[in-house]
Amino acid sequence: MKIADKNTKAVDLVKAALAKAEEYKDYNVFISMNAEAALAKAAEIDEKIAKGEKVGKLAGVPYALKDNYSSHDGNTTAAAHILDSYHSPITATAVAKIEAEGAIMIGRANLDAFAHGGSTENSYFGPTKNSADDTRVAGGSSGGSAVATALDIVEFALGSDTGGSIRQPASFNGVYGIKPTYGAVSRYGVVAMASSTDTMGCFAKKAEDVDLVMSIMAGQDAKDSTTLPDYWTKNLDEVKPAKKKIGLIRDCFGDGIDPEVAKIVREYGDKLKAQGFEIEEFDMPILKYGLAIYYVVQPAEVASNLSRYDGVRYALRSKDVKSLDDVFVNSRNEGFMKENKRRIMIGNFVLSSGFYDAYYLKAQKARTLLINAYNEAFEKYDALLCPVAPTPAFKLGEKTSDPLTMYLEDAMTVPASMAGLPALSVPAGETEAGLPVGAQLIGRAQSDQLLLSIAKQIEDSEAK
Amino acid sequence: MLHLAELSRLSISEEEIEPLKKDLDSIVSYISQLNELNTDGVEPTYQCFDMQNVWREDEIQEFEAKREDLLALAPESEDNQIKVPKVL
Repeated sequence: MKIADKNTKAVDLVKAALAKAEEYKDYNVFISMNAEAALAKAAEIDEKIAKGEKVGKLAGVPYALKDNYSSHDGNTTAAAHILDSYHSPITATAVAKIEAEGAIMIGRANLDAFAHGGSTENSYFGPTKNSADDTRVAGGSSGGSAVATALDIVEFALGSDTGGSIRQPASFNGVYGIKPTYGAVSRYGVVAMASSTDTMGCFAKKAEDVDLVMSIMAGQDAKDSTTLPDYWTKNLDEVKPAKKKIGLIRDCFGDGIDPEVAKIVREYGDKLKAQGFEIEEFDMPILKYGLAIYYVVQPAEVASNLSRYDGVRYALRSKDVKSLDDVFVNSRNEGFMKENKRRIMIGNFVLSSGFYDAYYLKAQKARTLLINAYNEAFEKYDALLCPVAPTPAFKLGEKTSDPLTMYLEDAMTVPASMAGLPALSVPAGETEAGLPVGAQLIGRAQSDQLLLSIAKQIEDSEAK
Repeated sequence: MLHLAELSRLSISEEEIEPLKKDLDSIVSYISQLNELNTDGVEPTYQCFDMQNVWREDEIQEFEAKREDLLALAPESEDNQIKVPKVL
């Protein structure tokens, strides 16, 4: 990562990033730009460097911020009409931490509204295009962040991952994307989606860059009671696997998986073998139910989290109101996207009396079985290997007519989310048509750095 | 469908009902496959790491935003209060 110093000016880094953003404007990567404030911050850093003062670990590094993180720079829209005029009075802990180290936000990146989606097509501001093929989707929900990184507009970007929203767009655009262990990074100041699986992570092109950004963002925060004590403290080269054994999840290579995706991920397994890892195939039949568990629990939490948008205290209030009830109903109706509404309604359905036991409670019990299956696997393996998504990036508009088809995109990313486990999308190769494909490494809780060290080993071996 | 919309504080028009019902039916039928799983005697998981209450001292702390900033966010306000249409 290029960091500002005596020879590299922060202002030049920011100008270059802004110029690139302009060059790739047609990809619809950003919802809003932060040029003026970014250049001012860069000038401050250059001045400090000139004076010989200490600057942070990310001094002058431009980055893209998924537009569901709060900060004073620009509006936090979550790509939804209901929030498009919302200027946050607070700053997300993750943003505060990386900016304290000198990172500079150049723009707010596009997403599916409220992070509901796997393509960035559910954005109020229109879809983001794939970095390798502009007739295809960016993936989602953190599509803008992934494409900003892939197009080299920025060297890293922040995203959020509730059921695959970092990993899948990382796979579709050929960059690293990490969903850390649940609780590794504070959620404070990030627009809530499903609170029991929301995680904050990042995109970058090198494993060590991912590690650097995450080591800064991670740690306990009094403002998020689920945060874990900071464990992101090691040097990647010193992290060693205990067994040197990786489990390849056979269930993820069968029906519904694009043969090219399966081949590329298996080849990544071969690279691991060449580095001395033993690769063993095993079955995890419970994974078949992962998506069903997720599409009960997640909408339930979404329905609850999105009930705060009532048009009363902040954000959009409908002009068409005669009563207080109109304020609630009409503001929500005008402000949410179709997919937001579907999830709210499904959530309220599975939580409603009479259906609670059959759906919500059942899913939370099945979640326990899923966690048990992972625990069993980690008795044998350091990490698990499977694809990120069943296909490479699909065509814009291809999956928008049927929500369930879009949900199936998440089948291999949601299980790790439901178990709170760290999972890394590693750029593993390209299809014949030149579309990027990612491999997914899943580890036990708090083994995030082990996953990165494994990926770095492969990266280093290929650089030789 | 209308009851569900009401619970969700959303309104749906006549012509939205059928397509929305079709979407929700297919999603509900998909999640219903959980019935195939035997979960007898299994405890539900609400928090992955079995975290219990996390306490802090009950002390007044500075909040980064000021009262005026928060009030300024409201679509309508008057005399330091947020204004809504008449309830009664």
